[in-house]
Amino acid sequence: MTESVTTHAVVQEITNSLKHKPGALLPILHGVQDALGYIPAESIPEIAKALSLSRAEVHGVVSFYHYFRETPPGKHTIQLCRAESCQSMGGKKLEDYIKTKLGIDFHETTADGKFSLEPVYCLGNCACSPAMQIGKDIYGRVSTNSFDATIVELGESA
Amino acid sequence: MSTKIYVPCDSSAVSLGADRVATAIALEANKRGIEIELIRNGSRGLYWLEPLVEVQTSKGRVAYGPVQTPDVVSLFDANFITGEAHALSLGLTEEIEYLKKQQRLTFARIGKTNPVSLSDYLDNDGYRGLINALKLPQADIVKAVTDSGLRGRGGAAFPTGIKWNTVLNTPSEQKYIICNADEGDSGTFSDRMVMEGDPFVLIEGMTIAGLAVNATQGYIYLRIEYPHAFEVLNSAIDTAYKEGYLGENIQGSGKAFHLEVRLGAGAYVCGEETSLMESLEGKRGLVRFKPPLPAIKGLFGQPTVVNNVISLASVPIILDKGGDYYRDFGMGRSRGTLPIQLAGNIKHAGLVESAFGLTLRELLYDFGGGSASGRPIRAVQVGGPLGSYMPESQFDTPLDYEAFAAIWAVLGHGGIVVFDDTVDMAEMAKYSMEFCAIESCGKCTPCRIGSTRGYEVMDDIINRRDLDKNIPLLRDLCDTLLNGSLCALGGMTPYPVLSALNHFPEDFGIDAKAGA
Ligand SMILES: Cc1cc2nc3c(=O)[nH]c(=O)nc-3n(C[C@H](O)[C@H](O)[C@H](O)COP(=O)(O)O)c2cc1C
Ligand code: SF4
Ligand code: FES
Repeated sequence: MTESVTTHAVVQEITNSLKHKPGALLPILHGVQDALGYIPAESIPEIAKALSLSRAEVHGVVSFYHYFRETPPGKHTIQLCRAESCQSMGGKKLEDYIKTKLGIDFHETTADGKFSLEPVYCLGNCACSPAMQIGKDIYGRVSTNSFDATIVELGESA
Repeated sequence: MSTKIYVPCDSSAVSLGADRVATAIALEANKRGIEIELIRNGSRGLYWLEPLVEVQTSKGRVAYGPVQTPDVVSLFDANFITGEAHALSLGLTEEIEYLKKQQRLTFARIGKTNPVSLSDYLDNDGYRGLINALKLPQADIVKAVTDSGLRGRGGAAFPTGIKWNTVLNTPSEQKYIICNADEGDSGTFSDRMVMEGDPFVLIEGMTIAGLAVNATQGYIYLRIEYPHAFEVLNSAIDTAYKEGYLGENIQGSGKAFHLEVRLGAGAYVCGEETSLMESLEGKRGLVRFKPPLPAIKGLFGQPTVVNNVISLASVPIILDKGGDYYRDFGMGRSRGTLPIQLAGNIKHAGLVESAFGLTLRELLYDFGGGSASGRPIRAVQVGGPLGSYMPESQFDTPLDYEAFAAIWAVLGHGGIVVFDDTVDMAEMAKYSMEFCAIESCGKCTPCRIGSTRGYEVMDDIINRRDLDKNIPLLRDLCDTLLNGSLCALGGMTPYPVLSALNHFPEDFGIDAKAGA
């Protein structure tokens, strides 16, 4: 109950502050995901109404973009680069290691809710491949060791 | 007097620990009672040396790198503050071969200045192009860009001046300038370096574009994967508004230009200009049919210039020094300089800005120093995920749009991804099909269905199932993609796939003859 009340308030505030912008839908969706971590299903009718769109239109946009998620993420979202430059530096092996280590596949969240794993297609860190980003923090020349150290650090503070 | 110490804030430098090094230097200086001024500059683009720390001395800036936090105490012990020798000494920054051999026009300031300092920008030739542009009739601004020979650096290499001219000559109450900062191509990071390392040059370029074609609103469509660039751009835009370089009355000229950064949401296809405009309008990023050209009917149905970050960031120097100055660099119909990005399995990964005409071999070995693994370089992919794989026999090709086109390759946004001899080219071809399937906007059947089918066929080929049937099937699918796609995502996925097959048939289980 309280949760959906907060969701409602957050969505309303974001929508009201941005709906006047030309092409406001993406800025609004970003605002909601920044605040809540995902785009809750119950926020869609409200956003649709504010922009005079159908729910299907808003949902269509949410589902088109890989970045927008419709379920809550873990505490830390690990974006692991799958693209060519990172592959050339052992990215695939790193990917296999990380999946085994966390016990999850891409688009999944660990059972303790600490980590979500998402693929990303280039982080612009190709001079320091393989690369990953956790939240806004970027990591280069990631090895299995440096990955372990990073999640220990994050896991402890979690 | 306090000593100036530079530690880059560029996100690749940060990914290697630059923030921690900066903090450690500040703490150590404090502990020793040494007064320093710590400046977070952009990156020089010598990424194997990052974090690259520089100290201002009477002889010039002296570099140390790659510096990690445990090195900081010994740097102070060695008196690096006055430029003294240390195991990590690299000498005067400007004398480092990799940098010295380059011709930096668009990247002239990057790594030297504090990116968000307008006074640094102005002290280093910033806004000279705009000041000139404000004195010129619109047609003359466009003419300078046309004369420079600048072609779009986002991939398609269309002449920028011609595009601007179309928008200038299309009457409308409202026109737009869009900067395409989606930089989705793997192996590329030059847009990111500009936005993080010299945001004012992009703002200036867009403002000049606005003046040239009569557009008063600009948007930078930035990929969500670049949170650092987002912060830097917004900070610079704020300053530009405060100091009268953006807004209703630019430097007292009575002319207006407004600028806003909009974020993408992780769709590669939104780098395609019409998909990008759909996205900016708040829709799914479905590619539009052309015509109408965006220059005539673009964002919100209005005439719109869409240019890549590097294209726009090259405009200020053209307006400052003249179209001829820029055009004098380069070869053939590829004029000016190209910021090349050396990435992947390469020893000296980084940014090389140079006039067109260098060969791949010069880049890979003279600049790049060979592979990072020390093994032979087997293949390079130039021009992003839709670019061809090139074997050693093509390494003498000069960087020139036409020379690449002649061998069915593309320069694109100038990214070069290096692979050593452990690469499996059939796996790379399979990945290209998978990438196309994941990123397809879904508008055309060949791209949507054909890429998934291509992925399955590649899987069969990798498992050596029925090669006699599957290799021709792969070629057929590529034909369909080449001929039946609305945009280059479907239309160019055959470039990496077929180039891998044709140049490396052994990885597909067939001998060279059968593959040819
Ligand atoms: C699938 C696809 C992705 C693209 N991605 C980008 C991109 O990330 N950045 C870019 O500048 N151009 C990209 N382009 C090219 C743009 O459509 C367009 O040609 C370019 O932004 C025009 O600017 P320019 O003339 O300055 O290069 C892409 C094209 C396609 C087909
Ligand atoms: S080729 Fe693919 S990405 Fe391009 S318009 Fe067609 S379906 Fe969309
Ligand atoms: S390919 Fe992985 S960061 Fe660019």
